[in-house]
Amino acid sequence: MKLRNFMGIASAMALTAIPASAMAEPIKIGFVTTLTTGAAVIGKDQQNAVNLAIEHMGAKMGGRDVKIIFGDDEFNPQKGKQKTEKLVKRDKVDIVAGYIWSHVLMASAKTVLDSGKILISANAGPSPLAGKRCNKNFFNISWQNDQTPMALGEVLNQRRVESIYVLAPNYAAGKNMVAGVERTFKGKVLGKDMTKWPTQIDWAAEFTKVKAAHPDAVFTFYPGKHGGAFIKQYQQAGLTGRIPLYSVYTIDSIGLPKMQKAKLKGVLGTYMTQMWAPDMKNAQNKRFVADFKKKHGTYPSFYAAQAYDSMFFIKSAVDAVGGKIADTDGMRAALEKADFASVRGAMSMGKNHFPVQNFYLRKVVTDSEGNWTTAIQDTVYTNHVDPYAKDCKM
Amino acid sequence: MDFVLLAEQALNGVQLGILLFLLAAGLTLVFGIMDFVNLAHGSFYMLGAFLFATFYTWTGSFMLGILFGIPATLVVGVVAEITCLRTLYARNHLDQVLATFGLILFFNQLVQVIWPLDGLSVPMPEFLDGSVNLGLGIEYPVYRLMIIISGLAVAFGMFFLVTRTRLGMLIRAGASNRTMAGALGVDINLLFTCVFGLGAALAGLAGMLVMPIIQATSGMGEQILILAFVVIVIGGIGSIRGAFIAAIIAGIIDTLGRSFLDVFLLLLLPENAAEAAGPALSSMLIYILMAGVLFFRPQGLFPPQQR
Repeated sequence: MKLRNFMGIASAMALTAIPASAMAEPIKIGFVTTLTTGAAVIGKDQQNAVNLAIEHMGAKMGGRDVKIIFGDDEFNPQKGKQKTEKLVKRDKVDIVAGYIWSHVLMASAKTVLDSGKILISANAGPSPLAGKRCNKNFFNISWQNDQTPMALGEVLNQRRVESIYVLAPNYAAGKNMVAGVERTFKGKVLGKDMTKWPTQIDWAAEFTKVKAAHPDAVFTFYPGKHGGAFIKQYQQAGLTGRIPLYSVYTIDSIGLPKMQKAKLKGVLGTYMTQMWAPDMKNAQNKRFVADFKKKHGTYPSFYAAQAYDSMFFIKSAVDAVGGKIADTDGMRAALEKADFASVRGAMSMGKNHFPVQNFYLRKVVTDSEGNWTTAIQDTVYTNHVDPYAKDCKM
Repeated sequence: MDFVLLAEQALNGVQLGILLFLLAAGLTLVFGIMDFVNLAHGSFYMLGAFLFATFYTWTGSFMLGILFGIPATLVVGVVAEITCLRTLYARNHLDQVLATFGLILFFNQLVQVIWPLDGLSVPMPEFLDGSVNLGLGIEYPVYRLMIIISGLAVAFGMFFLVTRTRLGMLIRAGASNRTMAGALGVDINLLFTCVFGLGAALAGLAGMLVMPIIQATSGMGEQILILAFVVIVIGGIGSIRGAFIAAIIAGIIDTLGRSFLDVFLLLLLPENAAEAAGPALSSMLIYILMAGVLFFRPQGLFPPQQR
């Protein structure tokens, strides 16, 4: 009798203890980014931002500790998929985030979504995931690839540019960028060169064609190290100052310090569009940029800003479900509300789980300390919905 | 299609060809004379670029950067040869591929350890910046013109070395028949080390010349190495003349393909198809040429005389 009572009390205590210890288990977030190869600078920027975000939130979400497990995609879709599988199956993370590159995301998305876990892209915004292949567990906290160049096409119209020459790499994101600018630009596209990605890094032949075509402006998209080489060769080919350069995702806070050291004056005064800039005045962004600069000595890039946002985005949902991250339906409902302070200011989550947000015209300028950075000149789009949202049947 | 465009693209093609020649020359010598497949050749290209960038930044002088960079790369090549590659000459090509592939990985990581993670960038020297008017309305960047001129100078120097000097005679003998040359008393080990060092220096020079145009990054050697292999296959393994001609042909075909293929395709196909096919086809052209050469003349266009 006494033993049975004792067993009863003991098992009751054990049962109440288990959920308590489950609550004490840290939340594991898998973050896939590029930590090796030349593109590692972008990944390191994101890693720094994620770590800063965790520090700013006291390393807790919903009362539980947070543990970030980084995965290195080595700028390669196969490796990215392998690392994603490791995070989901071996490390058993609760949620997966990250992904700089569209082709890596497209290869890895199925692994996460098939396992029933939530996937949050902190950069890549390929059109299939915004439209026909949208998924209830996929969220994007950056932008859809076409939106930023669509805003740029609008800028070209506003500035009465009548003809452009297009230079972009031949892969998923490159095609999205070109499609985006062609969607809104009302003038003539005199020529279009989709170069081999990522091997082609010398544009001598293409710049000669640009010179022969006499466009009013050149539109380009070359992320990562290609951006620096492109700007350099643009200047050497004598095109700087002669044909204005408009770009998306080519010039950012990672490349600008190097361009400044290499005295590439041609980049000053060029225009681009984005949904964020380091000089935005909301409180969350001010703290983010100031602390990032203090810790790492440079302005954060938009890659970093999005990674920082992704952590607070996840936190808002985990807080809403009281730490029970396994409650996927609850998490999803909270993520759809996107009720968190973003560094870009006001934004909401669209029906297809891509952000509805403003896009700004940015210009490369020199700040008060003499560093080259980008600053907002104008708002191009307000609360813009991406063009693939209507194809998403969610 | 006007004359200026065609002329400038031809110059671009020649410039690309000259860079390929600098890489291919060393590769073909090493493969032809030593029968050694050296995948790490691209690593010397990369190291040359990094060493040059470092010397340029230290001394502030472009010329001094090159003057110090070439012997530095040569030393790296010789050290690599003496310490690890020498043992591989007797082994079959597969072992050599595996070992030199390992060297590629080693050098790629080494470069990221010694130098900043995302590579190095140097400003263009003032006297080489900007474009120059070549007459007839052709404007061409000064720096690329300099690459063409220096590459031709090196090609001429190689020609002189191979045909008019004793070392060149030994190289040609080794390329024709290694065993016989050894039997006639030539110090094969020393010859091999010289050839290997020369190849490494040439690859390093190519890296240095291209560095101000693109940045020096880890892994930059692999992409151009594949093209270099294609060039030596087309030209004939072991033949410097073949490497030169094949490199110029490859450079011109690649450049003209990128320039005019999409225009040509637009005549045949609807716009969307031409836009998609253009870049794909133009990057394939050089391999199609190699396949053609292998089919009709497998020993290459200008193979060294086999005795």
